[in-house]
Amino acid sequence: MDENGLRQLIGEVKRGRVTRRQFMQRMVGLGLTAPLAAQMLAYSGIAQAQAKSAYKPTKRGGGGALKVLWWQGATLLNPHFAVGTKDQEGSRIFYEPLAAWDPDGNLVPILAAEIPSIQNGGLAADGKSVTWKLKKGVQWHDGKPFTADDVVFNWEYSSDPATATVTIGSYQDIKVEKLDSHTVRVRFSKPTPFWADAFVSTRGMIIPKHLFETYKGGKSREAPTNLKPIGTGPYKFVDFKPGDMVRGQINTAYHEPNRPYFDTIEMKGGGDAVSAARAVMQTGEFDYAWNVQVEDEILLRMEKDGRGRADIVAGGNIEFIAVNSTDPWTEVDGERSSAKTKHPLLSDPAVRDALNLLVDRQAVQDHIYGRTGVATRNFLNNPERFRSKNTNWEFSVEKANQALEAAGWKRGSDGIRAKDGRKLKFVFQTSINAPRQKTQAIIKQACQKAGIELELKAVTASVFFSSDVGNPDTYTKFYCDLEMYTTTMTQPDPQVFMDQFCSWQIATKENKWQGRNISRWRSDEYDKAWRAAENELDPVKRAALFMRMNDLAIEARAVIPVVFRPRVSAVSNKLRAPLSGWDIDFWLLKDWYREA
Amino acid sequence: MGRYVLRRLLIALPSLIGISIVLFAVLALAPGDPFEELATNPNVPAEVRANLRAKFGLDDPVALRYVRWSAAMMNGDWGFSFVSRIDVDQLILQRLPVTLFVIGSSQVLALLIALPIGVYAATRPYSLFDQIANTFAFIGFSLPTFFTGILFILVFSIQLDWLPFVYRSDIAETGWRWWWEHGKQALMPIAVLGLFQGASWTRYVRSAVLDVIRLDYVTTARSKGLGEIAVVVKHVVRNALIPVVTLVALQMPAIFGGAIVTEQIFRVPGIGSLLISSILANDTPVIMAVTFVFSCLVILFNLLADLLYGWLDPRISYS
Amino acid sequence: MAGSTLASPTASVAPRAAYRVSPGAEAWRRFRRHRLALAGALILALIVLAVALGPLLWSVPINDIDFAAKLQRPSWGHPLGTDDLGQDLLARMLYGGRISIAVGLAAMVIAVVVGTIVGAAAGMSRGAVDAALMWLTDLFLSLPQLPLLLLIIYLFRDALKALVGTEAGMFILIVAVIGGFRWMPVARLVRAQFLSLREKEFVEAARALGATPLRQVVRHILPNSLGPVIVAGTIDVANAIIAESTLSFLGLGFPPDIPTWGRLLFDAKDLLDIAPHWALFPGAAIFLTVLSINYIGDGLRDALDPRKVM
Repeated sequence: MDENGLRQLIGEVKRGRVTRRQFMQRMVGLGLTAPLAAQMLAYSGIAQAQAKSAYKPTKRGGGGALKVLWWQGATLLNPHFAVGTKDQEGSRIFYEPLAAWDPDGNLVPILAAEIPSIQNGGLAADGKSVTWKLKKGVQWHDGKPFTADDVVFNWEYSSDPATATVTIGSYQDIKVEKLDSHTVRVRFSKPTPFWADAFVSTRGMIIPKHLFETYKGGKSREAPTNLKPIGTGPYKFVDFKPGDMVRGQINTAYHEPNRPYFDTIEMKGGGDAVSAARAVMQTGEFDYAWNVQVEDEILLRMEKDGRGRADIVAGGNIEFIAVNSTDPWTEVDGERSSAKTKHPLLSDPAVRDALNLLVDRQAVQDHIYGRTGVATRNFLNNPERFRSKNTNWEFSVEKANQALEAAGWKRGSDGIRAKDGRKLKFVFQTSINAPRQKTQAIIKQACQKAGIELELKAVTASVFFSSDVGNPDTYTKFYCDLEMYTTTMTQPDPQVFMDQFCSWQIATKENKWQGRNISRWRSDEYDKAWRAAENELDPVKRAALFMRMNDLAIEARAVIPVVFRPRVSAVSNKLRAPLSGWDIDFWLLKDWYREA
Repeated sequence: MGRYVLRRLLIALPSLIGISIVLFAVLALAPGDPFEELATNPNVPAEVRANLRAKFGLDDPVALRYVRWSAAMMNGDWGFSFVSRIDVDQLILQRLPVTLFVIGSSQVLALLIALPIGVYAATRPYSLFDQIANTFAFIGFSLPTFFTGILFILVFSIQLDWLPFVYRSDIAETGWRWWWEHGKQALMPIAVLGLFQGASWTRYVRSAVLDVIRLDYVTTARSKGLGEIAVVVKHVVRNALIPVVTLVALQMPAIFGGAIVTEQIFRVPGIGSLLISSILANDTPVIMAVTFVFSCLVILFNLLADLLYGWLDPRISYS
Repeated sequence: MAGSTLASPTASVAPRAAYRVSPGAEAWRRFRRHRLALAGALILALIVLAVALGPLLWSVPINDIDFAAKLQRPSWGHPLGTDDLGQDLLARMLYGGRISIAVGLAAMVIAVVVGTIVGAAAGMSRGAVDAALMWLTDLFLSLPQLPLLLLIIYLFRDALKALVGTEAGMFILIVAVIGGFRWMPVARLVRAQFLSLREKEFVEAARALGATPLRQVVRHILPNSLGPVIVAGTIDVANAIIAESTLSFLGLGFPPDIPTWGRLLFDAKDLLDIAPHWALFPGAAIFLTVLSINYIGDGLRDALDPRKVM
């Protein structure tokens, strides 16, 4: 589908012939994200329907204890230093951002009075500024009022390189100014289509100025509030043991009526995913467990016990196989997999096509991931139900054999295909993780049938995902032919996600392998499209550009997507916990309650 | 003996320093990066990561980092965790009580199992009791703790629903209920660890007693008319205790950082789980502090064991 | 006089040849009479034969993925059942058993030999040598295993791969690493035994007769201190088999598709309530191996103990 097709579809939504929900599903089916789709509709003037809240309790408190289990425990509680989602979730119990993303990709105001849009004047037409109106009457846990000064302070705190926050990427290129006690304006240096980054969701939790202002810059680690958070959130801080447990109690002065429901919250950390699922679904010791990366087989069995269920929420994460465009076995200037080389075997498109045909996604989905991994062909996610013309994936050993045969790869006496004296032998690496090892085994068997030999390698996760310059086994070094892992979409907007194929992001020795283009594939057309999308304010045009980029990367087989990974949580049957795939689990913690 | 103790204590200090140098070198050279999670996060620019590394002194040469670390240690500053941004001694102190309670009790349980059973089995070698005890001992130490832990959870938590299996260090009850709840949740980890340890110790005790029980002085004691129990307790056990003392001394430091698997399965917030999560996250200050305390304990307990040998067997001399 | 009077006129006068039995033959004879030890030796021999020849006789491939046969109980086609990818467990156990047993025995031998030598040397000498060796022992006891493992594997993996090939290199590395972390308890135990035995009368007697320290050690002290060594050896075998699986779980051992017994146990642990057979068989195999080695150890100890009358 191209830009015109998109505009036509939007027209149908305007006329009421296609519902908003159907439109969203269609867009996700084409490989776009729900937030982007929501933006498209908003831009075309289709008002967002006010989501009806499903929150039932009619008074604050009285719900008893909420016990949740995170098998990676939070290790710090300052959102600006959060390493990974565990710290973000821990912080989110106490701190709140201006807005958060709901499961349909719409922005929901939390500390903001309303969501800025073109209609209400919040968004400037030239895309260079956003005006946020803050909610009135919000207090910090120590009673002081929440004002625009706090928002401006967060920008100063995070954009200062001496503070060394991890959220700096969202704050260093903007200017924030206070317009009055409850209004701020964010200015961008150039037109920015994705304006909902600063102060939104995980990167936008607001910390109080009056407690942190003496600890900016180099003194940031000394702030006592780092360990005893004072925020605006539904629960107040009680106790924290890093890596083990976070405890909170009800905030009786919370800025929304009848919330929160629970009197105390306890977030326990540690252990593994399987026992976390058991603790919720079989023994009922806990009400909720995060990210139960467990085989569906086991989850289904646990659900039968009737105490809890597995909640599956679609997001943007994708498990895929990166195909090395360079040669990992030749060293050039002290660097293997150098951008100056070309892979002798994998540069043959027939080999890439064959590999794509040899990944049995259906089996991976059915027997390994189940509901937790849906077969996909797109890099930007794609639920299986919706296939459009250019989204076909197939598993066929015969076709792979034919393709290789036609390209001149003949079987040798050992069954392995070869051409010009070169055998089709690849090293295939991934991190230690039971489903991944099983996926490797399945692919290896299929490849054997087509005359390709795979040597499997599994690297411990803390080494595989590290950026250690001296270690040859990291995923960025890619010192092998194929590797598989999940790339997470940390923001609802695909811009940053899609820079993984830009030529300036190629990981090289020079940039200490910090570049995000791991497969080292390059294409001028892709680069052009990405740059165009960076500045394009019309979401429909932008969406069309992203779809084109997706198709370019997929057709060239720079990567072979396997399954898209929704988030799976174990939830007790009586607990009502609204979850969103575009934000963290606690995005709407204030609305969690238990049915009687 | 006094001079021996003095000499050993004097040697302890340089040997500790030597060990700390080797430890530090190993950690500095081992692959891995404390900020790896940031590496996969596209929103963290490379300069921030570089900044963080410089801030924590990760780019300095190893020798310099060692000197800095040892100077800080001697001043009582045990370092600052990269991962938790909290002082390391605070981290350790938070976990110490639970560790001592759960892991300490399991060692006591192991001893309580091993001594009586091992001694009794040795006094009646190859009898039915001995065979059964041996079989259970073999099963006990051939099955790894991750396996028995899960088995216990399946049986006692899931099937029978008697015991909770997630250890919570803060229980909101008071009075006897607090003890009851604490006991219920601590029972399985203590049992898993204690049984595993007890299984191998039973074998050692049995072997040690067997070595002694056929010696002449035991026969002499019996022929003097002493009751069997008196013979066993006063003559046999004391002499058989030397290997047992060795083992217990070897095992004591493991309380402080050894029971990794059990702590993981039952989510006991002990020092073992702190150590393993720090190792996996490459949080060097924490690893250094914990292993340093560990090595102090190793040296201390081995010294105590050597002293005890002298008391148990007066003929042993060190001069 | 009475001795030279023959019992009957036809009896031969020539003296019978002296009947000499070497200590080794004597020990073997005593071992043979120890029923449990023989049983243990038989079981171990059977296990070793099974894993050595089994794959030649049972030709089902170990990595034949067949989802239709997932997690099946034992049946004629699959005598030990299948795992969650439908692979045959009997074939996997026979194949992985080679590695498990080889690693278990080799690591145990290294731990026992190194530990005994260090412990004996420390126990026999006093002062500086004892102090130095004990310092070394304390050092190894204090080292955190995981970072050290990562470091060693990272440093030596490629060199060994170039020297002896991937699998042999991995094997050497794993055995060295597992054995290298288990010699310390043996050393401490042996040293303690030596300290005590050194002062006993029979050793003093040997010294008075002019025995060199080496002879004292080898012929007198060592045989009497073997008790804890044998126990340690048997426990180390179980330990080594499990440790190999822990290593592979951390990515430092054999590749994850190699079905060693420890690995099978580890893979099966989450599906224990659904498919107990998957864990039962490797667990039983480890148990039997340990059992047999233990009984052999008991037999050895009894055979070498001069005070026991058999």
